[in-house]
Amino acid sequence: MTLTRDHKALRVILVVALLLATVGLSLAVGTRSVPWPEVWAGLTGRIESIGAAAVAVRMPRTALAVLAGGSLGIAGAVMQGITRNPLADPGILGVNAGAALFVVVGVAWFNISGATTFLWLGIAGAGCAAVFVYAIGSTGQGGATPLKLTLAGTATSIAASAFIIAVVLPRNDIAGSIQSWQVGGIGGARFDTILPSLPFLAIGLLLSLGSARILNALALGEDMAAGLGQNVAWGRAMAAAGAIVLCGTATALCGPIGFVGLVVPHMCRMIAGIDYRIVLPLSALGGASLLGIADVLGRIIARPNELDVGIVTAFVGAPFFIWTVRRQRMRGL
Amino acid sequence: MSVQTAELSGAVQGAIRQRINRRGVVVVTLLIAIVLILMAVTLSCGRGCLAPRDVIAALMGDDASGTTFVVNDLRLPRALMSVATGLCFGLGGVAFQVMLRNPLASPDIIGISASAGAAAVFAIVILAFDGWLVSAVAVVSGLLVATLIWALSSHRGAAGARLILIGIGVSAMLDSVTAYVLLEAPAWDRAEAMRWLTGSVNGAQLPNVIPVFGALVVFGGLLAASARDLNILRLGDDAARALGVNTEATRLRVTLAAVGLVAFATSAAGPIAFVAFLSGPIAARVVGGSRGILAAAGLVGAILVLAGDFTGQFLLPARLPVGVVTGAVGAPFLLYLIVRTNRNGGTI
Repeated sequence: MTLTRDHKALRVILVVALLLATVGLSLAVGTRSVPWPEVWAGLTGRIESIGAAAVAVRMPRTALAVLAGGSLGIAGAVMQGITRNPLADPGILGVNAGAALFVVVGVAWFNISGATTFLWLGIAGAGCAAVFVYAIGSTGQGGATPLKLTLAGTATSIAASAFIIAVVLPRNDIAGSIQSWQVGGIGGARFDTILPSLPFLAIGLLLSLGSARILNALALGEDMAAGLGQNVAWGRAMAAAGAIVLCGTATALCGPIGFVGLVVPHMCRMIAGIDYRIVLPLSALGGASLLGIADVLGRIIARPNELDVGIVTAFVGAPFFIWTVRRQRMRGL
Repeated sequence: MSVQTAELSGAVQGAIRQRINRRGVVVVTLLIAIVLILMAVTLSCGRGCLAPRDVIAALMGDDASGTTFVVNDLRLPRALMSVATGLCFGLGGVAFQVMLRNPLASPDIIGISASAGAAAVFAIVILAFDGWLVSAVAVVSGLLVATLIWALSSHRGAAGARLILIGIGVSAMLDSVTAYVLLEAPAWDRAEAMRWLTGSVNGAQLPNVIPVFGALVVFGGLLAASARDLNILRLGDDAARALGVNTEATRLRVTLAAVGLVAFATSAAGPIAFVAFLSGPIAARVVGGSRGILAAAGLVGAILVLAGDFTGQFLLPARLPVGVVTGAVGAPFLLYLIVRTNRNGGTI
């Protein structure tokens, strides 16, 4: 089925509309539902009612959901492209867990504080985990198959989280703050922690978007990509660096969140075809919407409590993972 | 049986078989000895160590030394819980691994433990059940999830890789259910949450241990009764059918037994990470042949839980639940297994 340009444009507009609607809901819905006039008042800074005050608190949180979701969505799309693996996702491949491990160890053992240091730690951890998982997953015949990569990623995640628990459990002073962060929480977002991450996100975004061409070539196979005049190794490295910066930053901001990077690129391919020049930006929009929706759901389901967004994405994303596994031919696994 | 085979296929094979059998007996005896030693250590050592004489006196009901409370009420239930859950996880794990001919197909990787854990938490927190009912809910949910994973992965021919990947997905989903239910709990503390997330034998009490031993008798017996057929199943379905084994019935029995064991243990101590996964391969390594692998795996499981709990309590700078220790050991082993299988060019 080929989609005409108009169809694609319409669908892209729909995704943008979805994102805007999500942002609106994220501002309005919560323990206290705020009517739209008060939302507008809160947004424009005229805080005269409780509702407007609630909106002011929800603003950084919504911004974080959009930023982190967008990063994870695009990082997932890049990873799926580089590894030519439909199951690739920063959570499943253990990259987020590696970032989390580095941040937790930095906090617990080296008393590190300061938003920018967190970000560097997260990116370093994500990079180490990505190299480690890829090295293990690509041993033996057939290179990095989805099964081997998934298993290596799962094992790395479990090892990292066992280690995180061992580090955090005896430390009552930091346990409370890390526990919610560790399951993926965006509830405690503040603009002053988000702000330093913007340059990192911008670099990651540029690297990822710039790799659309090489990802398209890689989709045809490695030899074909080289034949088309692409420097495969260099292009892959750039794309991977972009994805690692994005998910390291996202994890440092709100803890390891899984499955966003898995679900969103698949959906985007269904909507707009397989051209990475469209899939990548669309994945950013879609990821932002998905994480925003998951956050809103987390606030509604457990009222008056709030469910951490990582729990919601796992519950929604895992069936999608199973569905993707079922669609694959055995040879592909 | 062994006499006939020896006559048929010559003295050499008979001798080999006898050696394998003897090795199995020796190994199992040694493993039992290790379990007993570890139990003795758990009973006598804690914050302070007691003389063996005092421990025995306390166990015999002699209150003179004032150690009765420490030994009988704190350490004995803990030791018994460790042994019972370890046996259950070891047996359940190796049953799955042998039946599916795949070391990765253990209940803690393919989501059976996660489902039992989620169901147990749900039964305790939302339905306010306790005792046997919790375990029953866990068993039913374990069976349902096993059926679901089977059904989902049998698409276009059951395949090992698909089963494991689907199991990983199911695990992730059920873990999020556990986290959600724990959030709903009125006043859950971190220790209690750790039990359900990684497994712990902290605060074990005798009334909670009894159902696990009951499960060992019932489901362990069922598994032992199917052990011969299960061993033959390793030759492949066609060969097993030719040898007169009803493959479907055997699978059903083994699944029921293994899920029962894992579910009862999980509802008592939580899904102690990776004990089910580790026991089988370790047991296979020490036993060498197929005979006695079930018993050996159960005992290895008990050793892992006892040793892991002791390590977590006293050998590390901080007190950690047993599941954190076994998880920290098990995850690298999983990575090692992946690398080794890849190197040998085998399929996982």
